[in-house]
Amino acid sequence: MVDNKNWNPKIIAFLCNWCSYAGADLAGVSRIQFPPNIRVIRVPCSGRVNPLLILASLQHGVDGVLVSGCHPGDCHYLTGNYMARRKFTLLKSLLEHAGIEEGRVQFSWVSASEGNRFAEVVKEAVENVRALGPARKLVKTPLSSG
Amino acid sequence: MQDFSKVPDDIREAAKKLLEEGKVDLVIGFEAGTVPLRSTPCFIRNKDDVKRLTWNAFCENNLARYLRKRPEGKIGIVAKGCDVRALVELIKEKQVPREKMVIIGVPCRGMIDRKRAEREVEGLQIREAVETEDRIILKGDGFEKALNKDEFLHQSCKVCSHPNPAMYDIPIGEPVKEEAPKGSSEVAEFESKPAAERWQYLSDEISRCIRCYACRDACPFCYCEECFVDSSQPQWIGKSINASDTMIFHLVRAFHMAGRCVDCGACQRACPMGIDIRKFLKKLDSDVKELYGYEAGMSLEELAPLTTFKEDDPQGFMIEP
Repeated sequence: MVDNKNWNPKIIAFLCNWCSYAGADLAGVSRIQFPPNIRVIRVPCSGRVNPLLILASLQHGVDGVLVSGCHPGDCHYLTGNYMARRKFTLLKSLLEHAGIEEGRVQFSWVSASEGNRFAEVVKEAVENVRALGPARKLVKTPLSSG
Repeated sequence: MQDFSKVPDDIREAAKKLLEEGKVDLVIGFEAGTVPLRSTPCFIRNKDDVKRLTWNAFCENNLARYLRKRPEGKIGIVAKGCDVRALVELIKEKQVPREKMVIIGVPCRGMIDRKRAEREVEGLQIREAVETEDRIILKGDGFEKALNKDEFLHQSCKVCSHPNPAMYDIPIGEPVKEEAPKGSSEVAEFESKPAAERWQYLSDEISRCIRCYACRDACPFCYCEECFVDSSQPQWIGKSINASDTMIFHLVRAFHMAGRCVDCGACQRACPMGIDIRKFLKKLDSDVKELYGYEAGMSLEELAPLTTFKEDDPQGFMIEP
């Protein structure tokens, strides 16, 4: 069991190579402070993020997932983030329909020049997940224990 | 009052004509099953066999499932409203060319939920089921019970708003009245419950899942060469009946149906454990309709919702610091 008091959320952040990852990099080189709760995975495009990657993350015990890509209209591959937006809209809505807390899975747009915005997005994402407490619903436990 | 008694004969006649004139090599339809309350898909290649074809309130299978990868040239298919909508989506997904099929369109008045009907006789053996205009009469040794058809329809048939084939080559019978289902939608009703209750309900439902994948195999749209549950590189989810694996299987299978599911109910009927699979699917259905104005299987031209986008698609859920 995780001790709730000393618990810090662990969040997987899927960042697109062309915008959000560069935005995170800019936040880093500019020494902008943001919570250290995210674990970054660089992906070619937010459209690359298969819903299964998000669910597999939750299954392996992360407390939240953040997906961030280029702003609409700025996609390196022209339409990847537009496609992703529809996909994420439906996924998020389906997860909430099934009773998974709103805020476990979050999305945002951050461009390569928005180091400050990236820090703000992470702050907000971490706060949202912290308010929910540790994720339990999709975490895989061995059959014998439950 | 519409007369539906001629429908089976009309189907036979149409099938016979198609086979005789060599317009098709195969007709896929229904024949009487070996047990009461059951019609079973049948494949007619010879014009003398058309007498096997039938039509009644037990023709529940979605025949669109059988059209992919058939070696025959042209195929005649007996299709009700939901079968045709599935065909439309399959044509759009380039799985079966339109030219390959001759659609014998049959208006549908809903199919009987055989499992619920069987429960009515409390375990007694049903020897015969007779269908009349609005009733099903179950007969067995020393009993006879009449059921009201409307009450024993499949849930997907009860809420069906497109019982008539939207596309056909040979129309059979007269169209039935199409009416939007009354009352609040299933989705709205479910969503009015608190999140914890919804999670509990779905967890309880899928706790019965034995991962037989009958839902997947019955679905006309689950045609991937390798399903994500079978993939081992990467192995997305475990193959046991672990609660987390099972939930992810059902969530993702439902997600793959976004904008494609025609609510034929095939998955739910196929489920040996009686799991309420439609609870997942109907949500996507209603979201796709509400957000993108798309209804699966209604038009050959309109692009499927996840293959296209609009610049002003809703995005209220994004983090905006």
